Amino acid sequence: MRVLVAMSGGVDSSVAAALVLQAGHDAVGATMKLWGGPSDSGCCSVADVEDARRVADQLGISHHVFNFSEEFERRVVDPYVSDHASGRTPNPCIECNRHLKFDRFLARARQLGFDAVATGHHARVVAEPGGGRSLRRGADQAKDQSYVLHMLNSRQLARVLLPVGAMTKAEVRARAAELGLRTATKADSQDVCFISRQGGREAFLGDRIPLRAARVVDEAGRQLGTVPAVELVTVGQRRGLGPSIGARYVVDVDPDQAVVRVGPVEELMVGELAVPAPSWVDGPPSPGEALEVQVSAHGVPVPARWDPAGRVRLDIPIRRVAPGQSAVLYRGDAVVGGGVVGP
Amino acid sequence: MVSVYLDHAASGPLHPAAADAMAGWLRAGFGNPSGSHHVARRARAAVEDSRERVAFFLGMDPGEVVFTSGGTEADNLAVLGPLPGRPGAVVVSAVEHPAVLAAAHAGGREVRTVGVGPDGLVAPERMRDLLGPDVALVSVQLANQETGVIQPLARISKLVRRLAPRAVLHTDAVQGAPWMDLRAVSPLVDLISISGHKLGGPQGVGALAVRSGLRLTSISHGGGQERERRSGTHNVAAIIGLGAAVAQLDPEAGPARWARTAALRDRLAGRLAEQVPGAVATAVDSPRVPGHCHFRFPGVESEALLFMLDEAGVCASAGSACASGALEPSPVLLAMGVDKAEAGSSLRMTLGPATTEQDVDAAAGAVAAAVEALRAASDPVPGEA
Repeated sequence: MRVLVAMSGGVDSSVAAALVLQAGHDAVGATMKLWGGPSDSGCCSVADVEDARRVADQLGISHHVFNFSEEFERRVVDPYVSDHASGRTPNPCIECNRHLKFDRFLARARQLGFDAVATGHHARVVAEPGGGRSLRRGADQAKDQSYVLHMLNSRQLARVLLPVGAMTKAEVRARAAELGLRTATKADSQDVCFISRQGGREAFLGDRIPLRAARVVDEAGRQLGTVPAVELVTVGQRRGLGPSIGARYVVDVDPDQAVVRVGPVEELMVGELAVPAPSWVDGPPSPGEALEVQVSAHGVPVPARWDPAGRVRLDIPIRRVAPGQSAVLYRGDAVVGGGVVGP
Repeated sequence: MVSVYLDHAASGPLHPAAADAMAGWLRAGFGNPSGSHHVARRARAAVEDSRERVAFFLGMDPGEVVFTSGGTEADNLAVLGPLPGRPGAVVVSAVEHPAVLAAAHAGGREVRTVGVGPDGLVAPERMRDLLGPDVALVSVQLANQETGVIQPLARISKLVRRLAPRAVLHTDAVQGAPWMDLRAVSPLVDLISISGHKLGGPQGVGALAVRSGLRLTSISHGGGQERERRSGTHNVAAIIGLGAAVAQLDPEAGPARWARTAALRDRLAGRLAEQVPGAVATAVDSPRVPGHCHFRFPGVESEALLFMLDEAGVCASAGSACASGALEPSPVLLAMGVDKAEAGSSLRMTLGPATTEQDVDAAAGAVAAAVEALRAASDPVPGEA
């Protein structure tokens, strides 16, 4: 097969490229330039492109840079900002996977005549008896990234290779060291690539939208304090709201009224999640089938069922999930599908 | 796989005469030209021989030639060096190389940018409004890095002298130098910059000629080499290579070189126009240096096209790349009024002295095949991607 390997300049995709070659495929490396602005943890800074290029040189494959920064701005950054402005808590990595890595990049690969793309994600693509593909958790539990890949459908998965998904991170690093790749000991990327550690979310959003102060009120509507920026408050949050809120959590963020409502932990618990526009790997699950739902990248999965009315019914209540985050349903270690949680 | 090199405007092969001259020096010579002993004197003599050759090539005096680390440093020195003690604004064209534009914006002065027409040309009448006694420096290139369009420097020079009498005039001749007789250009300006590897010399060397009497303040600080105009030990081997390369560009042979290359370029352009539906040739009605062949293929992304050409062994470029190697929408094409999407479909092929008919025919065939394949594959597959 001809395989286009998405090389971020990190150790996982470096080893992914090596494994694609080792499997006998014809490989070409490509780095997506996504974020054009300043960053320190960015996945696509110039230094990372250089790392990717050097690894490609070491492996003897050609390497190209694709500038997708305009789409990244439009599909990931702009929605990130507008979500925050309207009181939601988006997950930009999921939108990047949905629109850039497994849409734009996959389409570019197909256009250039490649049979498949490979990335360094920790998840596994497994061929099922019926000919379809399933997306399963990575072998390294702590590094599993199936949650952020849940939007991939069976057809896309047929053209995706995730070569490091069967390995632990330690094995990946050991392999990189064995191959003498310069990325063997490179630190894992952290957080959101376009937000710099120095200024953080506040500086990033503050440059783009007016941050508005809000009143913090309790379940009875009494004002307990204020926050300087309602756009930075997340449902479920407890810290950073001042001592007066006591043992309460944010249960609702209303930027229009400039009100953050807090309540006791009981009010935080919910028995269902609205997921109005889910995507499925291979069709929706049967209503009532016992599944599990995971509501954050490394959260603990809990028993749940899918209600075709667009809701995830939880067997036992969990803490409210901030609108904008994603809920992903699993059947064992296989992703069934998921989507963005609504209010 | 064939290998066709059509990216000479980015960098070209070293002329054999330059390679020989450099190899001779690198094997047998060494020494710091600023020293006082006989080894140093030999190095100094090599530098000065080269300076005379470059001065002749530029139509300037040897004392007016400053060796630099390349075109970028020459442009930086040209734009920033005259400013101290010379108050006023800086005027540049919108299509200058970043080495000029970025330097202009780093100068701490008001920067006035003169636009270009759809033909890529700075209209001298557009400059009128921007010129005045309050202008310190004007920089307009000789030929454009992407389109090859030659700017009307004679008219611009007249206008600058008349309307901005206190301004010094610089031209970035990096792209024009391989093709044009700079002895006819240098009398029009006060500063002229060239780059080694665009004209058969090595990378890492360039030159700026500075009209005598013009006070130039060094932008690097150190030993005061090059008559206090550029500090740093000379890159003797590269300077020798630059001298040898310009010596090969016999001005008498210029018209023949021009005609030969223009014929190949026109052959390439003709084939592309014939074989690629919807191909748009850029600025074909403007005066252009003969090596540049610039096209847009609306609906095709440059990145994808360059990828396919690379796979087919054809080296070309799209014009404008950032430090990571990612392509950026070309400011030159945008300045010409081309919309962003169409600017993103650019392909620049630049010919050199060794380019053959077989090369351009192979390139035209590869471009036609790549554009066709990309267009055929660009309809999205339903349910995927």
